[in-house]
Amino acid sequence: MSLLHDGRVALVTGAASGIGRASALAFAREGASVVVTDIDASALAETTAMIVAAGGSVAEAVADIADEGTATALVSLAIDRFGRLDSAHNNAGISIVGSAFENVDEADFDRIIRVNVRSVFLCMQAELRAFVSAGSGAIVNTASSAGLIGVADHAPYSASKHAVIGLTRTAALEFAAVGLRVNAICPGPVDTPMLTASMAGIAPSRLNPMQRLGTPAEIAETVVWLCSDRASFVTGEALQVDGGLVEAEGQLRHD
Amino acid sequence: MVEQASVVALVTGAGSGIGRASACALARLGAHVVVADRDRPGGQRTVELVGQQGGTAEFQMLDVTDADNVEAVVDGIVCTHGRLDWAHNNAGVFRTAPSFIEMAGADFDLMMDINLKGVFLCMRAELRVMTAQGHGSIVNTSSAAGMIGTPRTPGYSASKHGVLGLTRSAAREYAAKQIRVNAVCPGSVNTPMVTANLVNNPGVLRQIEAMQPGGRLAEPEEIAAAVAYLCSDGASFVSGSALLVAGGAVNK
Repeated sequence: MSLLHDGRVALVTGAASGIGRASALAFAREGASVVVTDIDASALAETTAMIVAAGGSVAEAVADIADEGTATALVSLAIDRFGRLDSAHNNAGISIVGSAFENVDEADFDRIIRVNVRSVFLCMQAELRAFVSAGSGAIVNTASSAGLIGVADHAPYSASKHAVIGLTRTAALEFAAVGLRVNAICPGPVDTPMLTASMAGIAPSRLNPMQRLGTPAEIAETVVWLCSDRASFVTGEALQVDGGLVEAEGQLRHD
Repeated sequence: MVEQASVVALVTGAGSGIGRASACALARLGAHVVVADRDRPGGQRTVELVGQQGGTAEFQMLDVTDADNVEAVVDGIVCTHGRLDWAHNNAGVFRTAPSFIEMAGADFDLMMDINLKGVFLCMRAELRVMTAQGHGSIVNTSSAAGMIGTPRTPGYSASKHGVLGLTRSAAREYAAKQIRVNAVCPGSVNTPMVTANLVNNPGVLRQIEAMQPGGRLAEPEEIAAAVAYLCSDGASFVSGSALLVAGGAVNK
């Protein structure tokens, strides 16, 4: 069976752990050379080592994705090192400790918008610039089930992930005619370090209809598929990868 | 006929467009309206219009991106009137660029600050007083662009999608506290925000009109009617809703 990304190049942000690490490993497994980035140097080095150990080709860059200039530097790194960029998974994101809306700290709101929305906007601009020049390319943004529905005590996170879907839909429409595709994934609770302790304590029956956490690898599968030619007619989609969470909205047992 | 009495409402961005029409509509339902805007002459004109229609209103200078200013205005309303029943968080701006790639960071930030963070700051202050008084209704102005992508204005679509995230999260969180939170999602409306750049370009305006299924833009009063409904007791079981008022232009 042929590999989905043989001879291609992918960029994955937030690649030091969780969904980003799984995505980078999956791209490498499917034949892509991968540029990985994260703010956490030691954990990123582990991701890099895992790709190398699996026989993959990788370049890493430790950077703060929210800094001006990071996005263009990452795209340049891909092109300098591997000669091209085909796929981008804009995945870096943060959550903040849950808080009643009326008590949310302004600085926390600013930080979550800066990392989860503004950095995705800057990455998309840099990636789309390269893709337009090349005449092809695919982007997947990590949104969330919280980008489709509200979440009590997590309004800023929900707003940020809704906004990511807005960016996704807008870019998808704008660049469809020139052959670029832009999609989002909307994971429900996934077994990652970002998952908060409070979420980890929720009874399985309340998580989603499948009654379990997703695994990072399950999310990564949708990312490498959406970026591949097998998804050639899919754009502007906010794909639920959530064990049925959003579809079961309001119907989960609260016992 | 006055449906409600002794009601106090806050409308942001009430110096023009949808906010002005909303102030008039809420006053017609019997609310005393606090007309908030950073445009003093525009806001004062709205106060006059409310008065001419038999209602009462007052102007408050407000920059929705300034948390201290927001809290001072909301706390001031409670100090003066003893209550805040309805809030229409409507202040917003619109910027476009030749393409997604060319949108300036400053324009992106401006839309995110006013359209999204401004709504966040206003909701936060309003929810505090509404929680204390045990009731309230909030309506946020999102947009059809909060539900679909809109080419060449990524900051607008992102910010208006984000407003729905705030709306839905707060609706869930505050339902048990008798506070309803909804959004209106207007399509293209005949307001200065939409038409300001088209005054010297009637051809483009006609193109936009022609793109509407009904062949015309909405009038601000048609959006205000939806806001008034969502604020009123007639919508007592409506919360977390994103009410599309787009004349059939969006069907999603």
